[in-house]
Amino acid sequence: MSLSPETMTPVRAGVLKRLRNRPTLRGAGILLAILVALALLAPVIAPQNPHDLAALNVMDNRLPPGAASLTGTTYWLGTDAQGRDMLSAILYGLRTSLMVGLSATLGALVIGVAAGLVAAQFGGAIDAAIMRIVDFMLGFPSILVALVLLSAIGRGVDKVVLAIVLVQWAQYARLMRAAAMVERRKEYIEAAVNFGLPTRHIMLTHLLPNAIGSVLVVASVSIAGAITLEATLSFLGVGVPITQPSLGLLIANGFEFLLSGEYWIAVFPGIALVLLIMSLNLVGDRLRRSLNVRS
Amino acid sequence: MTAFILQRLIQSIFVLLAVSIVVFFAVYGIGDPIELLVPPQVSDAERQALIRRLGLDLPVWQQYLTFMGNALRGDLGRSFVHGVSAIELILARLPATVELVLLSMALAIVIGVPLGLYAGLAPDSRTSRVIMAGTVLGFSLPSFWKGMMLILLFSVLLGVLPTAGRGETISLFGIQTSLFTANGLKHLALPALNLAIPNMALLIRVVAAGATEAMAQDYVKYARAKGVRPRRIVGRHVLRNILIPVVTVIGIEFGSLVAFSTITETVFAWPGMGKLLIDSIYQLDRPVVVAYVMLATLLFVTVNLLVDILYAALDPRVKLAGTRA
Repeated sequence: MSLSPETMTPVRAGVLKRLRNRPTLRGAGILLAILVALALLAPVIAPQNPHDLAALNVMDNRLPPGAASLTGTTYWLGTDAQGRDMLSAILYGLRTSLMVGLSATLGALVIGVAAGLVAAQFGGAIDAAIMRIVDFMLGFPSILVALVLLSAIGRGVDKVVLAIVLVQWAQYARLMRAAAMVERRKEYIEAAVNFGLPTRHIMLTHLLPNAIGSVLVVASVSIAGAITLEATLSFLGVGVPITQPSLGLLIANGFEFLLSGEYWIAVFPGIALVLLIMSLNLVGDRLRRSLNVRS
Repeated sequence: MTAFILQRLIQSIFVLLAVSIVVFFAVYGIGDPIELLVPPQVSDAERQALIRRLGLDLPVWQQYLTFMGNALRGDLGRSFVHGVSAIELILARLPATVELVLLSMALAIVIGVPLGLYAGLAPDSRTSRVIMAGTVLGFSLPSFWKGMMLILLFSVLLGVLPTAGRGETISLFGIQTSLFTANGLKHLALPALNLAIPNMALLIRVVAAGATEAMAQDYVKYARAKGVRPRRIVGRHVLRNILIPVVTVIGIEFGSLVAFSTITETVFAWPGMGKLLIDSIYQLDRPVVVAYVMLATLLFVTVNLLVDILYAALDPRVKLAGTRA
């Protein structure tokens, strides 16, 4: 990570230095980069297309890691009940998990930032109404809200994203409102108001870029939360559909075989999920601490 | 104080009303339970009769008014699947969830507070660092994954604890509980531990931070200078001051424990309310889903109110909002 000299300030240099000097952070960053690369390259590097039922051989079902198939290829991480290569399934599952986590966080961020900005700018009844809804949303455990919503609208990748957006936007709205309120009291905003600049212009070109920083940092920590929520919903059977399994659904499918000692069907996707969540958490959290943002 | 409680009560009623509207329309407005309940070979007349009997032919707002009217009389509809009152169905499962939640809260406190105290009093020791690193795992790993790892360790590899079900129960004042049988406790151990882990991690963090802060205060320095024994300093001065955040955490987390028990109950096939919710979602048993959410909301709202009052009672410095109004 490096910034061009024009944007490098003493504060930014200090942050970068603090970021570089953390061995755990560096490890987590490298791990995260590898996982993202694996997810992006899944169609290229996976030995098999796990969604293509024709490519599966049921005779190869529940083979232990390292076993050879009838055609001679090796299943490095074993196979599941349908004879699907677990390595390929995990690579594609990583892709689904990351995609859902990222798009849900992005969606929640856009809605939350917009709501927080509007609340801070207009105040009064609009602010009160928005914040009441935010309080209401944050009063309930997210898993319960998402569960009940999905029970109404059914499963599907888009629907899981919608459910996560619905439970996560409120926290961004609250953060954005607080940050924008602080920013609004500063003199340059006052100057812009006195110049008679249109409200829209002030909101979008002054308030938004100056207040969004801390919200973005918190969002980077929340990606791990979104992925965990998706995994949990899929594990409970209300998340992604069986045709596009995420890591959570792969774990759920392997659960019944765990007791009979066929551990690899659930444990390997689980390890992938844990590595993904932990590396995201570490990177996001260290970023937050280095930039000194309170969540 | 009375004004505060009254104000909070009115607020709570509005929350319940809002939840009832949102949930009713979310769950009843979308999806058709008839598709699922009536086998395709059933005649059209029978199908119409069933729709009428379940009240599904009425406009949705009328269904809501009927629902609210009945709800105020303690009737949240009949389960489409089981044919009995949804409330009764949930209440029958309530003891299993409550004993799970209570035991897990007790575990979190009994393990979390001493560990947190240790980590807070000796923040630089190696053990403290291991404890604090462990809390990060406790927070961030998905609950279902931790549950599966507990099963893998204690049931599959060590073979010492059962993986599923509630075990032997005995009747106590007419309530079935597994808290007082050896077999029941064995079944309860893993689910309760799994449910306890996030709160344990949270308590460790809160207690450690509180202890470190309290140790630096003048009154602790004074007590030490006076020659008060360290054990007494911790017990009397430090512990008392971390009590308030601990009570808050317990209160706030109680609601999410009920929600999170859904996951733990699914992993360990524990026959509580959470398992019932998941099963009802699978079977599109909408009255049970709605009744569960209404009961859970009632529970959250009540607990939050109690925590606020308890908080004020514990700390005289807390000025209750509303007493000034």
